[in-house]
Amino acid sequence: MGFLTTVDHKIIARRYIITSFVFLALGGVLALLMRLQLAQPEARVLSPDRYNQIFTMHGANMMFLFAVPVMEAMGVYLVPLMVGTRNIAFPRLNAFSYWIFLAGGALLWIAFALDMAPDVGWFAYVPLSGPQYGAGKRADIWAQMITFTEIAALAVAVEIVVTVLKQRAPGMSLDRIPLFVWSMLVTSFVVIMAMPAIVFLSTSLILDRLVGTHFFNPAEGGDVLLWQHLFWFFGHPEVYIIFLPAVGMVSSIVETFARRPVFGYLAMVMALIATGMLAFGLWVHHMFATGLPRLSESFFTASSMAIAIPAGIQVFCWLATLWDGAPLFRTPLLFVIGFIVTFVIGGLTGVMAASVPFDTQVHDTYFVVAHFHYVLIGGAVFPLLGGIYYWFPKITGRMMSETLGKWAFWLIFVGFNLTFFPMHILGLAGMPRRIYTYQPDMPWYGLNMFVSISSLVLVAGFFVFFVDAIRSVRAGVSAAENPWDAPTLEWATASPPPSYNFAQIPVVNGLNPLWDQPACLMVASGLRTDRRELIVSTVAAANPQVPGGLTGKFDLAILGCSRDHRDADRVDLHAVGGRLGIRSSCSRIDRLVLAQGNARG
Amino acid sequence: MLALTAVLMLAGCTGWQSAIDVQGAAAISIKQLIFLFVAVCSVVWAMVMAVLIRALWRGREERGRPADLDPQTERRMTRAVIAATAVTVVIVTVFTTASFFTTRALSLASHDDLTIKVRGQQWWWSVEYLSPPERRLQTANEIHIPVGQNVRLQLEGADVIHSFWVPNLAGKQDLIPGRPNTLTIRAERPGVYRGQCAEFCGLQHAHMAFLVIAEEPAAFERWVNSQQQSATDPSDADVIAGQQVFLSRPCAACHAIRGTSATGTTGPDLTHVGGRKYIAAGLLETTRGSLAAWIADPQTLKPGNNMPMVPLSADELRSVSAYLASLK
Repeated sequence: MGFLTTVDHKIIARRYIITSFVFLALGGVLALLMRLQLAQPEARVLSPDRYNQIFTMHGANMMFLFAVPVMEAMGVYLVPLMVGTRNIAFPRLNAFSYWIFLAGGALLWIAFALDMAPDVGWFAYVPLSGPQYGAGKRADIWAQMITFTEIAALAVAVEIVVTVLKQRAPGMSLDRIPLFVWSMLVTSFVVIMAMPAIVFLSTSLILDRLVGTHFFNPAEGGDVLLWQHLFWFFGHPEVYIIFLPAVGMVSSIVETFARRPVFGYLAMVMALIATGMLAFGLWVHHMFATGLPRLSESFFTASSMAIAIPAGIQVFCWLATLWDGAPLFRTPLLFVIGFIVTFVIGGLTGVMAASVPFDTQVHDTYFVVAHFHYVLIGGAVFPLLGGIYYWFPKITGRMMSETLGKWAFWLIFVGFNLTFFPMHILGLAGMPRRIYTYQPDMPWYGLNMFVSISSLVLVAGFFVFFVDAIRSVRAGVSAAENPWDAPTLEWATASPPPSYNFAQIPVVNGLNPLWDQPACLMVASGLRTDRRELIVSTVAAANPQVPGGLTGKFDLAILGCSRDHRDADRVDLHAVGGRLGIRSSCSRIDRLVLAQGNARG
Repeated sequence: MLALTAVLMLAGCTGWQSAIDVQGAAAISIKQLIFLFVAVCSVVWAMVMAVLIRALWRGREERGRPADLDPQTERRMTRAVIAATAVTVVIVTVFTTASFFTTRALSLASHDDLTIKVRGQQWWWSVEYLSPPERRLQTANEIHIPVGQNVRLQLEGADVIHSFWVPNLAGKQDLIPGRPNTLTIRAERPGVYRGQCAEFCGLQHAHMAFLVIAEEPAAFERWVNSQQQSATDPSDADVIAGQQVFLSRPCAACHAIRGTSATGTTGPDLTHVGGRKYIAAGLLETTRGSLAAWIADPQTLKPGNNMPMVPLSADELRSVSAYLASLK
């Protein structure tokens, strides 16, 4: 039962991460099947029906079951540690979000196993997905999977917002929040504003299909384009929901391995916020071929290109950090370098596709396929893999292998570029996306074969990564508390952290606490160590307000369960007591060990 | 890498369905825009890479403690980041402006010489020449246009969303049920340009191609005249038998052949099917053999399409394919 009922953010995040990586591997197998089919013209490896299911599954799986959940999971694991608290806010909601995410994933994959997976593309345009043309239960399964996974994402977003705003360690004012935490905060707000659009959308599709409403039926006054507006109002911010946590990881890795704080902290934070806001002003660039008024399209060209400015600022600041720093070429930094090389390409092709006339030639072709893989793999998966190498010792207590890490990096980096760069050319040479085959008289055969062969190199890289991760969990070198000499608070506790994260809550007086106070870290005293009591702090200055017990008892009271009302009252009494003191603990490690002993006793 | 890119682009982008090998007014101005963007972006990428390489491998003195920063270096780097951001703003502004003016140029066609209605259906294209009235005619999957004239296409989606795309001539435009669109194309040189549906439309999205054939005005007029004729009455015995099969079997329920009793509108108009270059929306070149293969088993060649398999004897199949091939 303990397995099912745990509310420890680290255990839940670990499950989330592992599950997402399983979905990544499954989605990769689907991609390989597609490459097998497309290696030759008029190949008969897959039937058109199976191919359409597979590319729909690949997109939906990678977006909804891998990329978004894995980024949120990294946040669930790291944010409470980085802000120096003992658990995430609303821990039961957190557990719920994992199980409902798992339900969504299981629904999709079981449907696929039964040959009834959605076959309408990951954006499931009506009328193709509507009652008249989407036969069977396939589009319903897509819609229900969306509902499950988006509710999970919303739940996590709410937890992260509350954790960041109300549970930061004393002294961690807004200008001392680590950039990764900032990126998760902005991401969470984007989730909260974007997800309702798609939850509405999946619900209205189900209503059209099962109840007989006509939201999207032009014959009855519905509108086909309404779908696209609502989908992309969610769908474009979705890209930033995936990308912003990744840039947060890049900042963490860059500062640790360049051996200096990230240059331009304020500019970086402003760039994150600007990206989060602009994300909602560019959805129409997915609809440049739908015949909207040209003038309004030009507005979306301008806003889509404008997002290159905050993205550029971030790249320039990382380059400055590396310039002034003393880079240590460990695997996490390699992935970040790979990220800069490829993401800049993806960003620039994004600027191209933001132009209306340019886009009318490349929209829905392999050029766009290349573009968004450069953004999503180069821009998000590379930092994620770097992040896994970076935080693996914290999560498992063991280091991953540097040798295998370098192999994994080079295979993935080379394989990725060989696989996806030629797709730009295929797109300009007229190859549309989502075709299950092509005629022998089209000039695409050679490049497609080349791409298919290159994808094997990419797969080999991921294989090395998985082997390294699985091997290191058991046999990796034991990791110290702070093996990389990193500056942020997650490294101020044991590897892996105990269930309560910090026996004593740290007190922060700078942006890089472990570098600013190398000899000793201040901690707050007075919190109970026999229960997971924690500090609630003010939003801006992070001054302690009350110790709140979020062991679940507090939480249960909120959920309306009467069993522990008495304990919840007791928490309130503590809050009134206000017995917090702050003292310097110069022998930090000794003290933590002592406190852990107390907690266990 | 840039050189490699250039070689690949030249090698990969010639052909009858290419956004780089352009032959139409719209595609030509878009190509100029594409080259501007690609050139500027390549330079930007190369510069970022140069800075990255220099940042990673430049000689430097030992740093002190990680948190210690040199105020002078910070100031210099602030200036550099501000300058780089300013350059970004300038580039983005230039791109937006260039893009805006190209858009305007594309939509400023002064007049239309010809109006054609194109309906996208799962998975073929119905083509109806609307105006001028003396050019009215009906065909499918093949659009003939006169070189140097503005051709206005009225785009309609009959069932799901499709997208009309002939990259050699113009950018794509969607065919959306309930929302008619228009697109003006003009071919500058005679040629055969291939187009293909560019919005996923279901099972046979991959086999929904069409041809745009640009001809000199005189040749175009001859083609219009021939298309406006009804089908010629067969004289050859085999072909007469084929016509009988076509009219007595379910074929005529879905297809029209002007001049006969076949008036179905579910499938493509077949009045001059033998004169079109391809059958089944770009699937097979039109020959008597391919027509026979298609009629014998359409579901194997194009699984899921809406043409049922009509059981025919070997003789019937031979004669009906001879009949269709004769409909030039």
